[in-house]
Amino acid sequence: MFFTYFGQYLLLLKSVFRRPEKWRIYWKEIIHEMNEIGVGSLGLIAIISTFVGAVMTMQIAFQLVSDLIPNSVIGQINRDSSILELSPTITALVLAGKVGSSISSQIGSMRVTEQIDALEIMGINAPGYLILPKILAGITMIPVLVIISIFLALTGGLVGGALSGAVTPADYISGITDGFIGYTVAVALVKAFVFGFVITSVSAFKGFYVRGGALEVGQASTRGVVISCIAILVMDYIVTALML
Amino acid sequence: MIEVQNIHKSFGDNHVLRGIDAKFEAGKISLIIGGSGSGKSTLLKCMVGLHSPEQGKVLYQDQDFTRMNFEDRIPIRKEIGMLFQNSALFDSMTVEQNIIFSLEMFTDMSRAEKIERANFCLERVNLAGRNKLYPAELSGGMKKRVGIARAISMSPKYLFVDEPNSGLDPETAILIDELIAELTEEYQCTTVVVTHDMNSVMGIGDYILFLYKGQKWWEGSNKEIAHSDVEELNNFVFASPFMKVAKERF
Repeated sequence: MFFTYFGQYLLLLKSVFRRPEKWRIYWKEIIHEMNEIGVGSLGLIAIISTFVGAVMTMQIAFQLVSDLIPNSVIGQINRDSSILELSPTITALVLAGKVGSSISSQIGSMRVTEQIDALEIMGINAPGYLILPKILAGITMIPVLVIISIFLALTGGLVGGALSGAVTPADYISGITDGFIGYTVAVALVKAFVFGFVITSVSAFKGFYVRGGALEVGQASTRGVVISCIAILVMDYIVTALML
Repeated sequence: MIEVQNIHKSFGDNHVLRGIDAKFEAGKISLIIGGSGSGKSTLLKCMVGLHSPEQGKVLYQDQDFTRMNFEDRIPIRKEIGMLFQNSALFDSMTVEQNIIFSLEMFTDMSRAEKIERANFCLERVNLAGRNKLYPAELSGGMKKRVGIARAISMSPKYLFVDEPNSGLDPETAILIDELIAELTEEYQCTTVVVTHDMNSVMGIGDYILFLYKGQKWWEGSNKEIAHSDVEELNNFVFASPFMKVAKERF
């Protein structure tokens, strides 16, 4: 069963990456999707990242109560956790719910109302026209969102630490700047790129092959989110194992 | 002209089409009729390439459409216009955007030319000035007419229509039938209509193909159907007491 679906997924991807009929039309769609995925998710990602950063700082401070450990370590741990794991993974999991369900239900609704059939009869490569702009928008905007998330998580940590008295701003800033390794950001961006591809392609796949009516569209959307979340965690492990 | 030869199509154990042969001629309206589950829509979908038959051929001007790959089908698909049962308008686009979508994808027409073509198509279906409305703002009959306007935007050689009158009041249904007849005459296209509507059968059916249990059971014109002695056909076409009386007086 798994291999049947995986084969179907690969065949769909092959159709998605067929040469577009007219790049100008696709470009308009790509810009539209970048706005939907990027700008449309910015507020949610900003709120989540800021609070996760603040809470992380307080919890690290709680666990590291020792005179032998300098307070700047709190900033260091928060920085590395946010860059390597929390910002990419939490952003991706949140977007799997928000963006992924939207993609599945949008494409699924088009399938059950025969809009995809209409595209195919016109001679338009429906997978390419509907899915390629979403994938390209996902792999460009999710890394941008992850960078913003990292910045806000670190800022949230600064504010949370200062407000709670867990760490002074000076110690925290010293912690996040000392021993910074730029490669960790590269790892985060690779993860974001992979997660962007997974979220958009898996959700689109579930929507594209839906059969039935409104109920099945909802079920496909839920399955798309669940499979995307599992795939994100598996890919997170694989990328981490390969790059660190 | 479109010809289907020995079309077989199954879904699992359900053998829906069992060797259909038919010819659909240019400039004429061909109707595919039959009860629910008889295979009408499946045959139509095999003809336009939405389903792949297990056996048999669909020939467009003697070109075997069933054996073509995606790229080879594109020139024929550009000549196809189709009206779906639920209109299948792109709901994120306005009426005008729906109509010019194919033109944007496949032609190098200027913006002004495309708008002019959209206005022409809308006038043709008596919806002039409705360019900026979204499908959600249209009635069922208006959606059908926009679907027809979209189908004729590329001046089709082949026009496929799936249940054009479903969900419409009798008066609007007749208007849609008349529009299909006018467009067939105007574009001299090969028009294939799947319908349940007996007004359509008697009114516009130049050629009628009656399917029964996935097989071609009867074929002929709307003039011949009234005098047919095929029991299954009569039970289908003249099902109501009123129609039975009408047949006897015919």
